[in-house]
Amino acid sequence: MTSSKKKTIFTAAVLAVLLAVCVVVDMTLPSYHIVVVVIKKATVYSLVAVSMNLLNGFTGLFSLGQAGFMLLGAYAYGVLTIPVDKRASVYQYFDGGAIQFSLPEIFSGALGDTVGTVVGMLAALLVGGILAALLAYLIGLPVLRLKSDYLAIATLGFAEILRAFFQWNTLGPITNGSNLLKSYPAFSHATPYVILAGLMIAVIVLLINSTYGRAFKAIRDDEVAAEAMGINLAHHKRLAFIISSFFAGIGGGMMAMYMGTIAAAPFKSTLTYEILLIVVIGGIGSITGSILASFLYIFSSEWLLRGLDAGKFLGISAPSVFKNGFRMVVLSVIIMIIVLFFRRGLMGDKELPDLLDRRPKKREKEAAGK
Amino acid sequence: MSENVLKIENATMQFGGVVAVDNLNLEINRGEIVALIGPNGAGKTTAFNVVTGVYQPTNGAVWFQGEKIIENHPQGKMKKLYKGQHDGEYTHVLAPTPDKVTKLGMARTFQNIRLWKSQTVFDNVLIAKHCRSTSNVFSATFRLNRKEEAAQREHVAELLNTVGLYDVKDELATSLPYGKQRRLEIARALAAEPKLLLLDEPAAGMNPQETDELTAFIGEIRDKFDLTVFLIEHHMNLVMGISDRIYVLDFGKLIAEGTPAEIQNNQRVIDAYLGVADDA
Repeated sequence: MTSSKKKTIFTAAVLAVLLAVCVVVDMTLPSYHIVVVVIKKATVYSLVAVSMNLLNGFTGLFSLGQAGFMLLGAYAYGVLTIPVDKRASVYQYFDGGAIQFSLPEIFSGALGDTVGTVVGMLAALLVGGILAALLAYLIGLPVLRLKSDYLAIATLGFAEILRAFFQWNTLGPITNGSNLLKSYPAFSHATPYVILAGLMIAVIVLLINSTYGRAFKAIRDDEVAAEAMGINLAHHKRLAFIISSFFAGIGGGMMAMYMGTIAAAPFKSTLTYEILLIVVIGGIGSITGSILASFLYIFSSEWLLRGLDAGKFLGISAPSVFKNGFRMVVLSVIIMIIVLFFRRGLMGDKELPDLLDRRPKKREKEAAGK
Repeated sequence: MSENVLKIENATMQFGGVVAVDNLNLEINRGEIVALIGPNGAGKTTAFNVVTGVYQPTNGAVWFQGEKIIENHPQGKMKKLYKGQHDGEYTHVLAPTPDKVTKLGMARTFQNIRLWKSQTVFDNVLIAKHCRSTSNVFSATFRLNRKEEAAQREHVAELLNTVGLYDVKDELATSLPYGKQRRLEIARALAAEPKLLLLDEPAAGMNPQETDELTAFIGEIRDKFDLTVFLIEHHMNLVMGISDRIYVLDFGKLIAEGTPAEIQNNQRVIDAYLGVADDA
């Protein structure tokens, strides 16, 4: 069996097991259970982290605008899916808002209630992604001329501006100003999140392994050589930026789904940093690394280390030490340890199936030396 | 019919007060191997960069296969600084980026090897094929371009066989020994399907034996791929052994042109660059 075949089987097996676990969790635990919530959140973070990795890790564009595009996706989702009869109460300060339709309801009329609602929700996610992609195109025109840190600062600034813009009262009839958007439909189980994010990530993986993905990596490795070999830098950078933002927009919509309410506040630059942290811990240039890191990060910060804040951890009861905030202290120490011992992240630029290779070259060389 | 592949016309490249290339005129015919030599800092690589679109010349034009691809005239601050004799002769600005020049059919290698470090030997060559692919990002992502991709992979394998790197195709490009990295760079340039191959010091850092191999190799690929070769080199063995014609630059100015025998006996070239006695 060739090694690539082995890897495909390995990947398929891992995915099947994960999906099965997820379905079992959904059937046995209520949807408000912490495990379900944590899976949802980690899945959404995985998607956004992978989209950020596409840009930062594979194309070498250090952008920090992720939260801005997520914000756009989240708002698009909320605005398009709130049921019409609930709009009066949600937009109570803006006379019921300017938009008087709801995609799930439109599709329910044509496709029946359940299917229609789901299709409407997916359509709203897609619209969010497309809006984010459009915005990325416009922002990319001036911003992608910048390099490294300057690009990061410009995109970060833009994301903050967007957040302020969405809270602007004049836009209230659409965004509800600084008030919450709520009452929109959402998947309560974890499985739909896993399937949806899994499909998106699969598309990104396909892209990365295509001729365009290779061109992105060439730009990351050596821009001058890439341009000399006929790769149009402006075009390809813009493409990577747009695609990454598209998936960040969809990730934002999914984040809105599991949060239950939408406000501009959670989409601060801290969110971008959190995702950047996941990307770095997982390994810049590794898809499985990003996924692994988001699950580890979300699981430990939201669930496994909870006890550190609540007074009791691993059976040790020490209310005087395990106070509010101690969890973050421990988490920071863990992150520092990871960064110190895994300089290039948990996975480096390898993927999980690559571990099957077991570095035969080095051993052969050693054997030949002896 | 003009068999002129490359023509550089009155090209001047000025950086502020420094004239790196001064009124360079040069013609390369189809199938020729032409060398550009000169002492360090003579402006050889700058001339390459002007031809491949990295720099916009201050004044002058570049013709490729009978078509004017680059033209510029001094503008702004350069207009005040420019003291050339061809004032006002060029009025348009044609400034393609290097990727467009490559698509037209020129491919180059670099003086300091610039391979894509994290990629394998095979992928390094395959990426250079990207500019020849007709797929868009959707068809590429969803593998609707399978046929084209398979053809590209086949071509890359063939190319690697030709340059003798097929057995190391899955190694990282940077893990290769120096001489093979040079070969890989040439293979990568060939993958872009050029008519004109520009080699910037292909033998730099090579020992005499490797240089001899390279000399033979350049001749081989010229015949096999129906190429025209334009090269910069300091190894006189290689230059004299392979070139049909030689241009000599000194301080940005062309001081001589001719066959290897003519150049070897040209007093100005000997004074400026070759020197006397030794092994030249």
